[in-house]
Amino acid sequence: MRKTVLICCGTGCRANGSLAVVDAVRDAIRETGAPADAVAQVKTTGCNGFCENGPIVKVMPDDITYYKVKPKDAKEIIEKTVVAGEPVLRLLYKNEAGERVRSQEENPFYAQQKKIALSAIGKIDPENIDDYLEIGGYEALKKALAMTPDEIITEVEKSGLRGRGGAGFPTGRKWRTAAGYDNYPKYVVCNGDEGDPGAFMDRSVLEGDPHAVIEGLAIAALAIGAEEGFFYIRDEYDLAVKHIRKAIEDARERGILGDSVMGSGHKLNLSVVRGGGAFICGESTALMASIEGKVGEPRAKYIRSVQRGLWNQPTVLNNVETLANIPYIISNGGEAFAGIGTKGSSGTKVFALVGKVKRTGLVEVPMGTTLRHLIYDIGGGIIGDRPFKAVQTGGPSGGCIPESMLDLEVDFDTLSSYGAMMGSGGMIVMDDRSCMVEVARYYTQFLCEESCGKCTPCREGLRRMLEILTDICEGRGREGDLELLERIGHALQDSSLCSLGKSAPNPVLTTIKYFRSEYEAHIREKRCPAGVCRKLTSYGIDKTKCVGCDLCAKGCPAGAISGGKKEPHEIDPNICITCGSCREACRFDAVVTLGKGASMK
Amino acid sequence: MEVTEKNVREIIGGYARDQRYALAIMQDMQRTFQYVPREGLELLAEHLGCPVSALYSMATFYRALSLVPKGVHIIRCCDGTACHIRGASTLIEGIERELGIGPGETTPDGQFSLETVNCLGSCALAPVMVLDDVYYGKVTLERLKEILSEVREGGGGK
Repeated sequence: MRKTVLICCGTGCRANGSLAVVDAVRDAIRETGAPADAVAQVKTTGCNGFCENGPIVKVMPDDITYYKVKPKDAKEIIEKTVVAGEPVLRLLYKNEAGERVRSQEENPFYAQQKKIALSAIGKIDPENIDDYLEIGGYEALKKALAMTPDEIITEVEKSGLRGRGGAGFPTGRKWRTAAGYDNYPKYVVCNGDEGDPGAFMDRSVLEGDPHAVIEGLAIAALAIGAEEGFFYIRDEYDLAVKHIRKAIEDARERGILGDSVMGSGHKLNLSVVRGGGAFICGESTALMASIEGKVGEPRAKYIRSVQRGLWNQPTVLNNVETLANIPYIISNGGEAFAGIGTKGSSGTKVFALVGKVKRTGLVEVPMGTTLRHLIYDIGGGIIGDRPFKAVQTGGPSGGCIPESMLDLEVDFDTLSSYGAMMGSGGMIVMDDRSCMVEVARYYTQFLCEESCGKCTPCREGLRRMLEILTDICEGRGREGDLELLERIGHALQDSSLCSLGKSAPNPVLTTIKYFRSEYEAHIREKRCPAGVCRKLTSYGIDKTKCVGCDLCAKGCPAGAISGGKKEPHEIDPNICITCGSCREACRFDAVVTLGKGASMK
Repeated sequence: MEVTEKNVREIIGGYARDQRYALAIMQDMQRTFQYVPREGLELLAEHLGCPVSALYSMATFYRALSLVPKGVHIIRCCDGTACHIRGASTLIEGIERELGIGPGETTPDGQFSLETVNCLGSCALAPVMVLDDVYYGKVTLERLKEILSEVREGGGGK
């Protein structure tokens, strides 16, 4: 049987040099002297989600997966694995027990996932429509064409699917409302603006399986009676834009899109709009203003955009991941989807597990999975086995969750009841070296910059909160600051125009709630327990732990560290710029943080 | 590419005369000229029949657009959350030290511009920076020096 070499060429693997691996593999196949097609077919795939360990190379049907492949490994992979069917042991993933595992499914990172939205990614070439057709692509659209709009919507309602972008609004209900208006033209829009820092599932789906999203959007168009649709994609996502554009073009050539969708007589034209790099444009009404060629400011939603959206016409806006679930629901029935996950939140959710966790990447699990399972079983725990401190979920609108809440089952409703939110699925793990006050300041600064400025509470309130938080981080905190932050925060929640402002205080309010003592250390003792806030921190070397390896001195950008070989080193506080690179470099935990002005005795 | 009326008109001519393409046209100008020139805004306003101020408000609103020329090499340093807690600030300060410019600035010789972006969607490789559309993951201060000198010497890329 002819073999296939699947090479991951998502943005992450490209950064790790996967394009050079593709060339090397092709060269190695040529060098065997046999006709290239007889040896193996090389396919470039979308993102496998385990980017940190890329480039990832899979050989099928042997089902052998290699990680961190370098171009020089190509020859061995071809000779040993493709020709002889033997695994190259050193390139296999090593699990906690130290065993090398052969298939992707045996890798602990993948073993406990359940894939629906990501199911085809990594198995197909996203730039080849035939690959998608071969795995049953566009069958759901064909099935939907034989159904009435009401039947399609009923199926989606039965599935219990809720919007994956963050708000969790029931998709079926949105479609039902839009379908009910007798006002044409109507529009469908895919929200690929993915603004939450720390989340990249939409990028991965758009890059790795663009036809699935197109199929989902086409089914939405059929359900509500739209003939035109848009993909609004972040400006930073070059590869996603390229793949979606090609996929639309290919689908049009095959008659899947265009004047007669699969010969049915239904018309559907799709096009791509590139975002302008504004976080607020992930908000529905701001996004629509942006598509219309205006400044992306939201409007008050007395009238919902399903009734008056793009150009004041009925518009359905769905997130990328939401749409990627639609073909599965139509093909397998709404009940099959509803059978996965929890009662109020059905199906699976893709999370971007990042930050200070050993195995970072994209994971798709059933709703209701606990945070502990995600971080410790799939993520493998904290880097360096340091203590866990918090996990930040839901991006800038979300909150920070402490260890006591790790056994919460993650779905739309549980997290919101604790002041956090699942949001689009970013999950940023923090250890004892992350300062929660600084994290709150960081998010507030982010939102302050991204606030469009249209409504006063958000524009002025965030600015004031940022000033207070900056003061606290720089040692100017005062008694009463926390109460003031809470008051301003609640005012924002009550009176902002759109959900950016309404949810903006979440990072601040949750950190005050769960990490109050850390704030108090900053305000009262002028001390940053995590050793992050520069103005409150200085560094020293514990001479009993320092072995004189010189790693810290080599990495010090200021040249502040001195010491002989194999002798304890010293930091000159007058030269030190407190960048912290020595602490990151030290493998013996010898670099310690001290209060400002303190010195090692 | 040089900013001339002909080049600007060529970009505008690629689109239908409709307000909805205003952002896309300005993005094309940004890509072609490294900024949105005044002449570009004026010709586009004339083409769309809208006031220059409407386009100016868009050009100042969207982060992807700039009204001043950017450097030959554009460094986009990610300061998204995942990068932030894995040392993006140290990296940004390292770039500031190496090049003498802060975020949003361009070196006097017009060679480098530094921008910070909110997320490049490559969080697993944090901290990440993009130089001339090449992604660099897990960038250390040492690696940064190497990358900058490679680019200065005209190598660039991987």
